[in-house]
Amino acid sequence: MTIADQVTGSTIAGTAKPAEPRAAAITLPAIGERELRLDLFRGLALWLIFIDHLPTSLLTWFTIRNYGFSDATEIFIFISGYTAAFVYCRAMLEGGVVIATARILRRVWQIYVAHVFLFTIFLAEISYVATRFENPLYTEEMGIMDFLKQPDVTIVQALLLRFRPVNMDVLPLYIVLMLALPVILWSMRWKPDVTLGLSVVLYAVTWEYDLYFSAYPNGFWAFNPLAWQLLFVFGAWCALGGARRMSRILASPVTMWISIAYIVAAFYVTLTWYLPQLSHLMPKRLEQWMYPIDKTDLDVLRFTHFLALAALTVRFLPRDWPGLKSQWLRPLILCGQHSLEIFCLGVFLAFAGHFILAEVSGGAAMHALISLSGILIMWGVAWVISWYKRVADKSGAKTKNAVGNADLAGGG
Amino acid sequence: MKAKVLLSLILLCGGLAAPQARADDAAPATPAVPPACELPSYLLTSESQLPKVAEAVKSGKPLEILVIGSRSTTIPASEDASYPARMQAILKDKLPPSEAVHVSVEIQSKKTAEEAATTFVKLMEAKRPTLVIWQTGTVDAIRAIDPDDFRGAVTEGVAALQNAGADVVLMNLQYSPRTETMISVPPYLDNMRVVAQEHDIPLFDRFAIMRQWNDQGQFDLFSPSRGPELAKQVHDCLGRALAQFVFDAAHLGPAQQQN
Repeated sequence: MTIADQVTGSTIAGTAKPAEPRAAAITLPAIGERELRLDLFRGLALWLIFIDHLPTSLLTWFTIRNYGFSDATEIFIFISGYTAAFVYCRAMLEGGVVIATARILRRVWQIYVAHVFLFTIFLAEISYVATRFENPLYTEEMGIMDFLKQPDVTIVQALLLRFRPVNMDVLPLYIVLMLALPVILWSMRWKPDVTLGLSVVLYAVTWEYDLYFSAYPNGFWAFNPLAWQLLFVFGAWCALGGARRMSRILASPVTMWISIAYIVAAFYVTLTWYLPQLSHLMPKRLEQWMYPIDKTDLDVLRFTHFLALAALTVRFLPRDWPGLKSQWLRPLILCGQHSLEIFCLGVFLAFAGHFILAEVSGGAAMHALISLSGILIMWGVAWVISWYKRVADKSGAKTKNAVGNADLAGGG
Repeated sequence: MKAKVLLSLILLCGGLAAPQARADDAAPATPAVPPACELPSYLLTSESQLPKVAEAVKSGKPLEILVIGSRSTTIPASEDASYPARMQAILKDKLPPSEAVHVSVEIQSKKTAEEAATTFVKLMEAKRPTLVIWQTGTVDAIRAIDPDDFRGAVTEGVAALQNAGADVVLMNLQYSPRTETMISVPPYLDNMRVVAQEHDIPLFDRFAIMRQWNDQGQFDLFSPSRGPELAKQVHDCLGRALAQFVFDAAHLGPAQQQN
């Protein structure tokens, strides 16, 4: 709560005080200045999402969802909003609204195709399990296979993004957010703070009136875009000058201590989930107010937890920290730079990992091996993509000017 | 870090316990719980209580238990090995011989919590149980019912059962690693926990219990085996755990047994 106040407070302060007197509503950092921290944390989010999609193992305990309310999804969506706004706003300034919109739509198409590709793999997996697995303990759970009986409906619904199997929720969310991006950017160029304000209003209205995207066969989207847009728009707002205007608040020790206190409290609450012996120390009143912490609609507790983490990260990890250039962080940064490809690869590897665990052996050693090789494969593929892009850019540069930075345009 | 250390410890203990388990198999059955069924005590305890069960046992009235469940309450073609039947046998052992225990089962196949709850008033009039164990959530998870609606339905169902004068235990979903990539279970687990907390009723955490067994290697729940052996063993352990859970939540300690 407190952190959210901090941030909304800052926006109000931003509008009230003429920090930048000339009409330059949005400002972009100078060209070529690549924000490695974004790549680093997006890479980290991708690794964590991969590990979280595998069955629970020792490695799962390293993922941040076990230590607080928010998880890798928040990082991923925020950074995606940040980079997408950064790249396409530049395109909008240079080429105009139409060109920028066209480029965004092209990106949406790529993400859509990636989603359909993943769905095909899922279909293959589920069909295999349906025909091979007949443990009488789980006759009821096998009811999930019923949809295979009517592929005519299911596949069409999947193409409409309404039928989305587990673990395939992030890309549809991302598609919707990217579709809204032209409007968001257009509005951001006009008045960034108002745009962010509208986003908060939409978030509040979504909670108040329980708005959602319906899904097939029933239910709703696991990540409600109407709520998660807040994080995306907030990322965009930060990219377009908001972060700079907030720097005073971010640097203040008050912010730091509030963030630390909140993160510690969240950690304690999370601990009671895993060590139920502690749960009697939790006041019942607090529990009733707090639970359930809703991921679908991006619970305020999750959002503020992310803000607290982000505030501390920005404070203790400066943009020019030499470690960002070190070889050790290179794999993470490389993965973060090709996030769409690596994200899809991660989902695929998680499917494959499940499959191996189920078919070959489920031991802890196998589990560790799968997690580790998954991460190595992600790194290797990211490296190959980087290498290919470098080579292609070199030969392409002779004939045409590079239109924007393709890596950055990844936007997620 | 703490959690990690704890987990390593648990794994270590599991590793130590497993070989022992095999050695003990041959020994006469003095310990009530077979090693394969062993569980940490926190999975078998609840702060909430079962006053009506306690009352019935104290006054020597028969203990009528109704299990309302879905298909995972039974094993196809082996009813006697399913967990309600096992629980009845164990409770009879644990309670004094004079105490009559009867467990009946009501299967609501392919029904969501909401659909099942509509039948409760009539069901309760017909059966008049002291304790209802309501196992639900699986069908809702498979059909991806809105978790808020699910919570509302469970709340209403629990209220109906309580109004009819019974103690209630909620039982959540099975741990099913094979379908983990296909069914999203966490929202339904969370909401059942919330309802249990709000109504101050015990929640039998079948999911955590089965996951514990799988992680410790007591059972391989990934197994594709078509035979009923694994299902029978798991249900036997579930029945034992459930009996123990009810026994503790109603505070039917050794003192009661002597009466």
